Amino acid sequence: MAEKVGVYVCHCGSNIAGKVDVEDVAKWAGEKVKDVAVSRDYKFMCSSLGQKLVEDDIREQGLTRVVVAACSPHLHEKTFRRACSNAGLNPYLMEMTNIREHCSWVHKDRAAATEKARSLVSASIERVKFQEPLEPMFVDVNRATLVIGGGIAGLQATLELADAGYPVYLVERQPSIGGHMAQFDKTFPTLDCSACILTPKMSEVGQHENVTLLTYAELEEVSGSVGNFKVRIRQKARHVVFDDCTGCGICVEKCPRKVLDTEFEAGMGNRKAIYMPFPQAVPRVPVIDTESCIWFERQKCRACEKLCPTNAIDFDQEDEMIEIEVGNIIMATGWDAFDTRKIPQYGYGRLANVYTSLEFERLCNAAGPTNGKIVLRDGKTEPKSVAIVHCVGSRDERHNPYCSGICCMASLKLGHLVLEKTDAEVYSFYIDMRTNQKNYEEFYQRLLGEGMRFVRGKVAEVTDAARKPSEQGKLIVQCEDTLVGRQQRFPVDMVILMGAIEPQVDAREMGLKCGISCSMEGWYTERHPKLDPVATMTDGIFVAGACQGPKDIPASVAQGAAAAARVAGMITKGKVMIEPIVASIDEEGCSGCRICNNLCPYNAIEYDAEAKVSRVITALCKGCGTCVSACPAGAIRGAHFSDRQIFAEIQGALWDAWQPRGGASEEAEAVPVSAP
Amino acid sequence: MKYAYYPGCSLEAGSAAYDKSVRAVLEQLGVELDELDDWNCCGATEYFSQNELVATSVIARNLALVDGEHDQLVAPCAACFLNLKKTDKLLSEQPVMKGKVDEALAAGGLSYRPGRVRVRHLLDMLYTDIGQEAIRAKVVQPLNGLRVAPYYGCQIVRPLNGFDNPEYPMKMDEMFEWLGAEVVDYPVKAHCCGGHMTQISEPEAFELIRRLLQSADEYQADVILCMCPMCQLNLDAYQGRVNGHFGTSFKLPIVFFTQLLGVALGIEMKKLGFGKELVSAEPVIRSKLDGSSVGAAT
Amino acid sequence: MVADTPSDNRSKFLRDVIADTPEGERIVHCLQCGSCGGSCPNGAEMNYTPRAVIAMIAADRREEVLTSNTMWQCVSCYFCTSRCPQDIPITEIMYALKRMSIREGKARKTDAPALAKTFTDLVEKYGRSFEFGIASRYLLFNRPMSMLKSSGMGMSMFAKGRLALTPTRIRQVKQLRAIINKARELSQHD
Ligand SMILES: Cc1cc2nc3c(=O)[nH]c(=O)nc-3n(C[C@H](O)[C@H](O)[C@H](O)COP(=O)(O)OP(=O)(O)OC[C@H]3O[C@@H](n4cnc5c(N)ncnc54)[C@H](O)[C@@H]3O)c2cc1C
Ligand code: SF4
Ligand code: SF4
Ligand code: SF4
Ligand code: SF4
Repeated sequence: MAEKVGVYVCHCGSNIAGKVDVEDVAKWAGEKVKDVAVSRDYKFMCSSLGQKLVEDDIREQGLTRVVVAACSPHLHEKTFRRACSNAGLNPYLMEMTNIREHCSWVHKDRAAATEKARSLVSASIERVKFQEPLEPMFVDVNRATLVIGGGIAGLQATLELADAGYPVYLVERQPSIGGHMAQFDKTFPTLDCSACILTPKMSEVGQHENVTLLTYAELEEVSGSVGNFKVRIRQKARHVVFDDCTGCGICVEKCPRKVLDTEFEAGMGNRKAIYMPFPQAVPRVPVIDTESCIWFERQKCRACEKLCPTNAIDFDQEDEMIEIEVGNIIMATGWDAFDTRKIPQYGYGRLANVYTSLEFERLCNAAGPTNGKIVLRDGKTEPKSVAIVHCVGSRDERHNPYCSGICCMASLKLGHLVLEKTDAEVYSFYIDMRTNQKNYEEFYQRLLGEGMRFVRGKVAEVTDAARKPSEQGKLIVQCEDTLVGRQQRFPVDMVILMGAIEPQVDAREMGLKCGISCSMEGWYTERHPKLDPVATMTDGIFVAGACQGPKDIPASVAQGAAAAARVAGMITKGKVMIEPIVASIDEEGCSGCRICNNLCPYNAIEYDAEAKVSRVITALCKGCGTCVSACPAGAIRGAHFSDRQIFAEIQGALWDAWQPRGGASEEAEAVPVSAP
Repeated sequence: MKYAYYPGCSLEAGSAAYDKSVRAVLEQLGVELDELDDWNCCGATEYFSQNELVATSVIARNLALVDGEHDQLVAPCAACFLNLKKTDKLLSEQPVMKGKVDEALAAGGLSYRPGRVRVRHLLDMLYTDIGQEAIRAKVVQPLNGLRVAPYYGCQIVRPLNGFDNPEYPMKMDEMFEWLGAEVVDYPVKAHCCGGHMTQISEPEAFELIRRLLQSADEYQADVILCMCPMCQLNLDAYQGRVNGHFGTSFKLPIVFFTQLLGVALGIEMKKLGFGKELVSAEPVIRSKLDGSSVGAAT
Repeated sequence: MVADTPSDNRSKFLRDVIADTPEGERIVHCLQCGSCGGSCPNGAEMNYTPRAVIAMIAADRREEVLTSNTMWQCVSCYFCTSRCPQDIPITEIMYALKRMSIREGKARKTDAPALAKTFTDLVEKYGRSFEFGIASRYLLFNRPMSMLKSSGMGMSMFAKGRLALTPTRIRQVKQLRAIINKARELSQHD
């Protein structure tokens, strides 16, 4: 029996209609393509009126198939599936054609774009006729959540969920949670003491009955899917028995090996071989850094072991694998600092008194290596002049094309701290001053009032090559004052480079483990940049904070909370729908060769040794199709992606090749649509 | 190893010491250098200032002259190196220009396929192709005790060189460390010598030259090493006038890096063109080095 | 959405500069950051910094730019180009402006254009050049006083055998001239 197909072509305002003659496409489909019972164009198909159009036609005209030619299925497949369901049609008998991203947005020529839209619509029509009704599957959502990264974004997400009564695993790779915020002295624009607002959250997380804190731990592997992820975590050996340690700190005090702390102190201070990154660390359990420990170097010392009152030191401890099951995952892995050595003309690493912004954060931190005294690298001289250089590695095609967003404000903050704590003159060298959040412009005004000097010009170089006596012994910042249009040299004592915020080096790799993707730069890609900023294209995986793109603390906190709300919603609902798009093995056809078993990337195929056949575990199958194409016996079938459907789709796309004068007719029957 | 060699006009007279030392050093290192037959001037910056198509055609003639036995062309002069390299790049990337240059070359019975010849700067060739091991093996007179200030200038490191950092090049530094010299890491080693400004507006050019001399002097360099004839000329020949202009008293010998490399390889100083510089280099070199083995290999 | 071809409400001057500069299209991405102007060794001597020139090109200030000294003060050190965060070929733009100012008769009667001409005349005659020859010949005709001033140095250079009186002549000067003439002819077509 012939199907009755309804075709709906969306204008999307002018988004599609601006480049594709939608009326023509709809008319053509209605008149020329076989089996099309209704064909309409409509301003906004996704509106309730547009959906109603579909529903009414299904009811009144008895449509058996529906094609909606509009935007990406990522956006509205759910919408139209629901509309079909409402009208009693199985939702898998609807096919979406993307004539926006795949057509109107990427083409310039209207006639050619219209031609292509016809092809795409035709492909969908031919395909949808072979689609089969499928029943969605529902699985229970595990109530536990994994949060990766214990910076402010991850902490916020953790607390929101834990406070709502749900169990949370928080995995942090450093020995303590806290993230970058723990390194700062003050926070813009309010100048709250960073530690004062952060540490209460840290200890709350540390003590929360619903939180399992795994610090000094790494994500190894994620399997399963939304609602039921299985996660393997590597607990790195601390060499301190977690449950025995009371956090007294005697070991740290007595350890004779001091090394430069390049992580928390950004190279500005030292730590011991056994250490907690900072006094308010959570948890208060030290770790032994085996790279610097004397025992691991030459089997001597063990001072910590001798002095530990609870015998908590364990030199033989090994990494441990922990397996957990969670329903959802929130990525909150934050940012990493640009390597300012990549811009040699700024002299970092060569000129002693050139600092990175993180180094300076530690320098002016009351709990930092100088107790907050701002001094040059000699450890005693207070600078008389300080230059703050903006956009170091940001807005730069050779490094990062994007604006890091926070460094203008951080510059103002650091400028304020210098003015407050010293008598130095402070210069900011900026291209554009970006202060577009609540109370930010006011903070800029405040600094203008405080006497910070602003020079509009990107710094060309920082040098110690003096040209006149007044420059001797100084760092000279050379730039064009673009507002005056003159090249100028500013001799100063200290230079602070506001390096870009970059994605973590392993962001891409981590994303791969969880099945989410990154932008070109390495920021995690959200499901929709405006309307779905914390979800990802993979159900059950959310993102929060600076790992999704540069952002300040308020925005990171907001995202942490938003991600938690999304997860809480899933848990409350209790069940998630799983697409029934899975593979199935025809046991008659299976020869038991087991080729598919190892190929499946999700380990979703098991072998029944007795029956000598392979079987798909439906709950684990993601419908990727690997096994389908690999089976030498052709015994595996991918639901919703059968060979017949795909060949029909190809044939539909090429309608004008086998139907030169346009329009499907009886001849169409002559072309066999069959699986080879 | 075998290279086509494009000495460039400066090396014919004004900077003959460069040419002499290049040939002597490469012979000592066993590298075959075949001078490009009947090469013409690269036009320095002057053709590009007037007519881009003429500029590229004039340069393309040289590329077209490289015979089938050579696929690499070595240039010691900064301007020549950049012009040759830039022209090859333009011809590969700008089809319209390539069409016209083809026509111009055809008028002279020549043709050139972009990318056929790889243009190399001498330093790159010595550093990369010959390399540390081979060079060290031939050192008979280590440069211990001599403080050298490598000066890179502009056009070899910017913008197309591809073998060293355009802001803070290190390859010559490293090479002279291989030779045992004390290498001065001074901040202006890739700054500008003024180029042809000496012939247009002296006060400005003198200021640029002064900055270089002053920095090398502050870092107590014994000699400045150049790898471009224009740089050597500006720093050496104008040094007296710069002193006169600013009331300074710089007395810094300026030599080509190949001259001092030759000394380390034990080649006689005369064969390396020493003595042609206006601020004489020989006394400081002889006094700092154990003079006995200078020129021992010859 | 994909950007359409830029509507050409760009200034005429900007379009001309883009057309005359390899990879000149990048110029529209200028941030006006001033890295170029801050880096230029001769920036202090220029009527307008390279950055300002870029702004003036976009603003169609043709006359002011082409009669300025900026491009003639450029020594092609490529600092601006290698530091520009937007990959704008500033040095090549300077060359393009030199060419345009000569072509349009705007070049100031300063030394740089004259020097360029002296140099290339020599190349066309001999096939080769020689830097001191140009200097002396050029100075002799243009600034005899300055010639006297630097003659002391000229003499010492001569004594050291570093001052040739004529460049070497290449064998195939005719071939070179044929190439040059053809190129010159072709460049007049557009
Ligand atoms: C110099 C400077 C000053 C600043 N000052 C301010 C300010 O005053 N006010 C303000 O609002 N913002 C400020 N910011 C911005 C602020 O740092 C960020 O907004 C904030 O750090 C983002 O928090 P986050 O939790 O997303 O990331 P992060 O703070 O980077 O935390 C990420 C956490 O995840 C962990 N992690 C990373 N990868 C993994 C992994 N694979 N497995 C496990 N754990 C992992 C990290 O160890 C870290 O603990 C400043 C930024 C800079 C550069
Ligand atoms: S054994 Fe290692 S960690 Fe312990 S005190 Fe000694 S050096 Fe420190
Ligand atoms: S926030 Fe300011 S300093 Fe940072 S990249 Fe953007 S413009 Fe530059
Ligand atoms: S450096 Fe580049 S972006 Fe900055 S002003 Fe100059 S041309 Fe524009
Ligand atoms: S190339 Fe020219 S404009 Fe650019 S920095 Fe050098 S001298 Fe200045």
